[in-house]
Amino acid sequence: MIKYLKFLVVGMIFGIVLVKSEAVSWYRIYEMFKFESFHMYGIIGTAVITGIILLLISKNFKNINGGLMTVPKKDKGFKRYIIGGTIFGLGWALSGACPGPMYILVGTGVFSVLIVIAAALLGTYVYGILKDKLPH
Amino acid sequence: MEYILQPWPWYVSGPLIAIIMFLLIYFGKTFGMSSNLRTLCAIGGAGKKVKFFDFDWKAQRWNLTVVLGAIIGGFIAHHYLSVPTNIDLNPETIQNLNTLGFENAGQTLLPAELYSWEHVFTLKGLAILILGGFLVGFGTRYAGGCTSGHAITGLSSLQLPSLIAVIGFFLGGLIMIHLLFPLIFG
Repeated sequence: MIKYLKFLVVGMIFGIVLVKSEAVSWYRIYEMFKFESFHMYGIIGTAVITGIILLLISKNFKNINGGLMTVPKKDKGFKRYIIGGTIFGLGWALSGACPGPMYILVGTGVFSVLIVIAAALLGTYVYGILKDKLPH
Repeated sequence: MEYILQPWPWYVSGPLIAIIMFLLIYFGKTFGMSSNLRTLCAIGGAGKKVKFFDFDWKAQRWNLTVVLGAIIGGFIAHHYLSVPTNIDLNPETIQNLNTLGFENAGQTLLPAELYSWEHVFTLKGLAILILGGFLVGFGTRYAGGCTSGHAITGLSSLQLPSLIAVIGFFLGGLIMIHLLFPLIFG
């Protein structure tokens, strides 16, 4: 149990940060795609810059298990990323919720988001069925 | 305390998200929220019918714990760390939303026109949430990641596939907001 505690704490910080930054808000996603505010670009931009720096500094650090600090490498490819990404973007802009915020929003008491989660599970399931027939 | 209760600026939130990613990598894992959807399908027994879900989901329990934490974090932030504040939207955005039929823009996290039960239980309202969720779930697995896995982790580790995926996210988002919203909500 205790080894899961750190993940619970990280998840809690994640939930708090995404609510306090308003990144879970449908309105923030809408204005981002309308280029009418810098807010979301600021969040993603500073997250990526900080992330690059943290990963560079820690390149030779050991992780908690004594192994190397490794970021999983994405498979090479183009089609799956551009097509899948576009489909994701369509849904993200419509629902205003990506796969982190949809859970966090349940915590804020918006239970109708459970419908979005159920539909996302269905979408994932249908991808699993069609996977081998789709261009990757 | 006042600083905590007010919305947090982007230059505080962004670096904190990077630290969350870093901690998960330090713990020997990775920052990727959409994988949980696949895990939940597997727990539901999808592996019996579809090979894609036939994997040892128990190895993903740590990530489900992150999800549980995120729900609790959302609860804490909303109920104990916030004062009622409107989202500081551009007046132009509020005006735009008004013409699309969204009133009171920014007064809640989510628009009542999409997420209030009154609207959820209309055919159009329900269809919008189901379609949105379905596209997110299908697209994220097709692209092999979402905002956390590609936009934050993938870009931070300078991976080209993630850049392509993020370009896709924006392509889809721009098509939805600029071309489809006027048709759906106009």
